[in-house]
Amino acid sequence: MATVDKKPALLLLRLYIAGNAPNSLSAIANARALCEEHFAARHELEIIDLLEHPKKALADGIIVTPTLLRLRPSPVRRVIGNLSDTGKVLSALASK
Amino acid sequence: MKIQSPRDSAKKLLTGIQGFDEITDGGLPRGRTTLVVGGAGSGKTVFALQALVNGARRTTHAEPGLFVAFEESTRQIVTNAAPFGWGLPGLEKKKLFLLDARLSPEVVKAGDFDLVGMLSLLRAKADEMRAKCIVFDGVDVLLSLLDDPIAERRELYRIRDWLAEAGLTGIITQKAGLGEADQRYGFLQFMVDCVVVLRHEVVDGAAFRNLRVMKYRGSDFSGDEFPITLTKEGVQLSHHGPVELQHEVTEERISSGLPRLDHMLRGGYHRGSNVLISGAPGTAKSTLAGLFAAAACQRGERTLYVSFDQAAAQIVRNLCSVGIQLAPHQKSGLLKIYSTRTRGPNIDDQFGDLRAIIHAHRPRCLVIDPLSALSTKLAHAASADASQHFLDSLKVDGITIVNTSLVDGLSVDEATPTRIATIADTWIHVSYVVQDGERNRALTIVKSRGTGHSNQVRELTLSDDGVSLTDVFVAQGKVLMGVARWEWEQEAEATKARSQATSELKRLQLQLAQAEAAARLQVIKTEMEARSAEIAVLALATGSASRLLVTEQAVLRKMRHADEEERPQKRRGTTGRAARNGRGL
Repeated sequence: MATVDKKPALLLLRLYIAGNAPNSLSAIANARALCEEHFAARHELEIIDLLEHPKKALADGIIVTPTLLRLRPSPVRRVIGNLSDTGKVLSALASK
Repeated sequence: MKIQSPRDSAKKLLTGIQGFDEITDGGLPRGRTTLVVGGAGSGKTVFALQALVNGARRTTHAEPGLFVAFEESTRQIVTNAAPFGWGLPGLEKKKLFLLDARLSPEVVKAGDFDLVGMLSLLRAKADEMRAKCIVFDGVDVLLSLLDDPIAERRELYRIRDWLAEAGLTGIITQKAGLGEADQRYGFLQFMVDCVVVLRHEVVDGAAFRNLRVMKYRGSDFSGDEFPITLTKEGVQLSHHGPVELQHEVTEERISSGLPRLDHMLRGGYHRGSNVLISGAPGTAKSTLAGLFAAAACQRGERTLYVSFDQAAAQIVRNLCSVGIQLAPHQKSGLLKIYSTRTRGPNIDDQFGDLRAIIHAHRPRCLVIDPLSALSTKLAHAASADASQHFLDSLKVDGITIVNTSLVDGLSVDEATPTRIATIADTWIHVSYVVQDGERNRALTIVKSRGTGHSNQVRELTLSDDGVSLTDVFVAQGKVLMGVARWEWEQEAEATKARSQATSELKRLQLQLAQAEAAARLQVIKTEMEARSAEIAVLALATGSASRLLVTEQAVLRKMRHADEEERPQKRRGTTGRAARNGRGL
């Protein structure tokens, strides 16, 4: 169920979700909405279902779902939760 | 250790934690969730990890396990567990999987989250490893991030349901905070099937750790609080309830190492008994203990010598000076000398250490020199209980123990601070007797269960040639020892020699008298014979004389041609009268 939204990207994001758990579904929706609104043309969002790719999740040190990783720009930032708190997500993604 | 029946092992998971499997009748509930509650430093993590590791490293029917660490890094856990010698690095990958489930402090929380992902990862790992048991250590650290009691509860139920579905035995550790946190997670205690409470308390400056099984659905358990100790092998229950005094008793005797003492005990110590040697400083208690150890090694029995006041090398040197050789046995590995100082105020830890060493060396004979070193720690009733249980448990294992106990005064009544005097089966007391400017050692057997024993005081002497027991002399109401004894011995020798000479003289005198009597008897016998002969001679002489008379008369008559008619008539008349008279009589 991994999907890749291709846009000319500055921001590289990876969202780990777990199947169709309520928090995971809302996280996908929240992430997409947030990206469209704030980073319209300069982001790439990769959504990975942990249930299908456990090894990858383990390698990325995922403990809870949902977890959003900002892979670029470095350093890597982690946001956990269903991303309902937009303010916190934005400040985390913007931090250096 | 309890032997499980197959049915039990299907229902319970042995933790391998000494004492715990006994009080829970077989360990933790298999396929269910156990909650381990306790304050900081109460040993929750060690308890959970130990139960998991013991299952994983079992040589037969090993049960791989997962450990999810929410509080410490996995590296920290491996480092912390290193002193216990569980071999975590070797178990990792195949038998044990440690998951670092800490969130870095930089993680931003933006909204509600759950453990669905993590549990699914763990499920995959558990299936891959065929794991049977999983520990969630400090899950509250993560869940508190939710900052929502209802969400926290939801996740804990999620864990429980997940465990049930996966068929795993779960252990969840939880900090028992004071007040609020307790309320917050109180429901956990109702949710799980088994609750183990660990408590850390300080009594008179001594730290005690206790364990209590608060709840165990569908199983018998002992609900009392038991002291636990952290030893080199991990957590263990120091003792679990009143030990049933049930151990095999044997008639076998083993040597005390001192033949004379064996003789006093009518054959030596009983195998598996507890011997107490009490006495003032310098009364050769350690020497007696050393003799026992050396004799045990000579029989080829594994022996452990625990000293609380001397280094191993010192013990070996000192005993060598009285002809007791321990060094060869040390080299051969039969003898282990463990020297330590009493550590910390908690006697339980001390006994825990000893248990671990005993477990490793598996001795048949044990010396604790001196047990009274622990007595200062015994003010607390729990400590006295601990020592009693410790000694009782050794007895169950059939280990023969020689304890020494330092007594300051000369009175034997003072030898009981450890209450071991009541546990001791044989109690030997060595005291000083000061007399005539000398200090000598007197040994007595105060009691000895099940063996006849001498009630005599013996003098204990040490020399380059060894240790020996000597009879003491009692004279004029005084017990004589040392030089006084020697003098008396000399005197006794002289007296003996004198009396021997006297009796020899007497014997000779009697012999002489006897010989004289015999001679007299011979004289009388001979005299008798002579008299008899005389009588015989007399008889012969009388007989021939009368015959001669008759013959002579006849001859005379014949020669005279006398009238035979008349004379015999006269004679007949006389004789007739005489005959008549005779008849009339």
